[in-house]
Amino acid sequence: MEPFRTIQSVAASMPEKNIDTDIIFPARFLLILEKAGVGKYAFYEKRMDAKGQPRTDHVLNTPPYSSAQILIGGDNFGCGSSREQAVWTLADFGIRCVIAPRFGEIFYANCFKSGVLPVRLGETILTPLREDARAGVLFSIDLEQQVISTEHGARHQFEIEPRRKDALINGWDETDLILNNEAEAIAFFQVRQKNDMPWLYVDE
Amino acid sequence: MAKQTLYDKLWQSHVVRDYDDGTSLIYIDRHLVQEVSSPQAFEDLGTAGRNIHRPKTHLAVADHGVPTTDRSKPIEDPLAQAQIGKLIENTETYGIEMIPLDDRRQGIVHVIGPELGFTQPGVTLVCGDSHTSTHGAFGALAFGIGASECHCVLATQCLRQSRSKNMAVRLKGSLPDHVTTKDVILSLIGKIGTSGATGHALEFQGEAIGHWSMEARMTLCNMAIEAGARVGLVAPDEVTIAWLKGKPLAPSGELWDQALTYWSALKSDPDADFDQTVEIDLDLLTPYVTWGTSPQDVLPISAHVPTLESVEDETDRARLRGTLEYMGLEGGMALKDIAVDKVFIGSCTNGRIEDLRAAADIVRGRKIAATVEALAVPGSGEVKKQAEDEGLDQVFLDAGFEWREPGCSMCVAMNPDKLAPGERSASTSNRNFEGRQGPGGRTHLMSPVMAAAAALEGHLVDVRDLKAGG
Repeated sequence: MEPFRTIQSVAASMPEKNIDTDIIFPARFLLILEKAGVGKYAFYEKRMDAKGQPRTDHVLNTPPYSSAQILIGGDNFGCGSSREQAVWTLADFGIRCVIAPRFGEIFYANCFKSGVLPVRLGETILTPLREDARAGVLFSIDLEQQVISTEHGARHQFEIEPRRKDALINGWDETDLILNNEAEAIAFFQVRQKNDMPWLYVDE
Repeated sequence: MAKQTLYDKLWQSHVVRDYDDGTSLIYIDRHLVQEVSSPQAFEDLGTAGRNIHRPKTHLAVADHGVPTTDRSKPIEDPLAQAQIGKLIENTETYGIEMIPLDDRRQGIVHVIGPELGFTQPGVTLVCGDSHTSTHGAFGALAFGIGASECHCVLATQCLRQSRSKNMAVRLKGSLPDHVTTKDVILSLIGKIGTSGATGHALEFQGEAIGHWSMEARMTLCNMAIEAGARVGLVAPDEVTIAWLKGKPLAPSGELWDQALTYWSALKSDPDADFDQTVEIDLDLLTPYVTWGTSPQDVLPISAHVPTLESVEDETDRARLRGTLEYMGLEGGMALKDIAVDKVFIGSCTNGRIEDLRAAADIVRGRKIAATVEALAVPGSGEVKKQAEDEGLDQVFLDAGFEWREPGCSMCVAMNPDKLAPGERSASTSNRNFEGRQGPGGRTHLMSPVMAAAAALEGHLVDVRDLKAGG
């Protein structure tokens, strides 16, 4: 996974609440087996017209936001379906950081697996940031310092779980970490569980 | 020791390691695998050269992209065909059991898991599908995960997770006739919103639950995710145990007795602390229907579509304007005046035998409206067989419904059962998101009896207003 340290970019603002993962990545494209190249389906029904041409009134089709690496969403961004394609499509589109008051929980967890940083900030902080976003101001995100700032002088700390921060900064893969560090603990757990709950180990 | 909730107990019994940042490594007992969220998980195994930790703990089935028409014909959509082919290939390569498409046990993951006894009280169960919360109806710690986490479970049998907070949903009184657990969960989502339970595990409590079937409980837990909660729980009881006894993968003999002892302790301690509590008075509930594009856009059937003037916040008003436009509705119109084109009875929310029985009771001896196309789609081959043994297929067919093969069908626009742009459905599924049932499709969520009534009348209607006899 690509390590995440700092990014500098304009931010695209999509203030609507409850943008679900069906909106971010419509179900019909879930039949696609490949992970690479799915960025073109991001927000497809919103971003494209009936003929499959980009709608000029969509923020992500409008320069400079068409190359934004930061997306400021509304409350409960990424709710609904667990499809990880919702993150893959954003990452492939070039989005490295999504900011919102709250996220759908599964989407939030999925973000970290593809090097996308989800940042929770309250609506009172987000309102002026959205104005900066609309003004095309450059945003900076420093994950090490846990700071988001803008050219207009805004500066806010954000919270992130330490293990998730470490994994993003170092590009660590969680499965690797578990296999390398926890094999013994897992084996120990299994011996105990098999003894206590043998019905979960039938035919093994 | 501190009083514990059911969720706390399930969590505690699966901790492999607690980390100092507050997260824990949690052991996963059972993993359901479907065709949509698994290909990339398997591919990553190949790329990293990893093996499956415990192949017997995974069970695979194709459901999302499966056509619900004649199974003897090849699948027309090459993408769906390829995705299902990939699941067959992957499960063969890695030695995981897959239920074939033409097997009577095939069906929607969240219907077959419980049916086979793969789902059991006290286990941790995951699936790359958000409606995995369904299995919490058995007192299992069950939640949906992404494809990368599926990969992690395949390779390590574990997930590193943050513990959720606890929310109790106290259900008081009992449900009136024709009001169902679908109405309970819709009313809860209407009350707390789609992020109302984010970060929490829901536990449904109340005397009424003891009188509800497992099917009714599964409907309740299924849509916990629509309130923001990954986990929805009901403590196991006699109904749970009677349901599980004799199921193919349930323990038997001595192991059954041993499991029973363990299961009987799976309940929240009296006076256990919940971070939040919500109460719902069941006696006051009426049938609910959604009018918008989020499950929280829900009202009793007697209500009217909200007006723009009733909304103060500007962003919310803009959203309502967009929603009304998408849904083709006018603010202020009566919900009962909304005409529907299609009716869908099925899905992991309401595709079980009891749902089909309830809907069949409404349409028996009557005809659906001439303007409506209606589908009855059993959630699994077992449900289908049971329904046919009871003659329910004929009841639906006589009324003008189509009777289909099992699958996710019109809940998700990944197979031929879809809405065309602008078409409107009365649907027993779980999500009314834009495009969920097909690009431009308009979805109204409701219970099976309400969807059946809408099929008869051609518009949304209070099932209790149908004239007896038909």
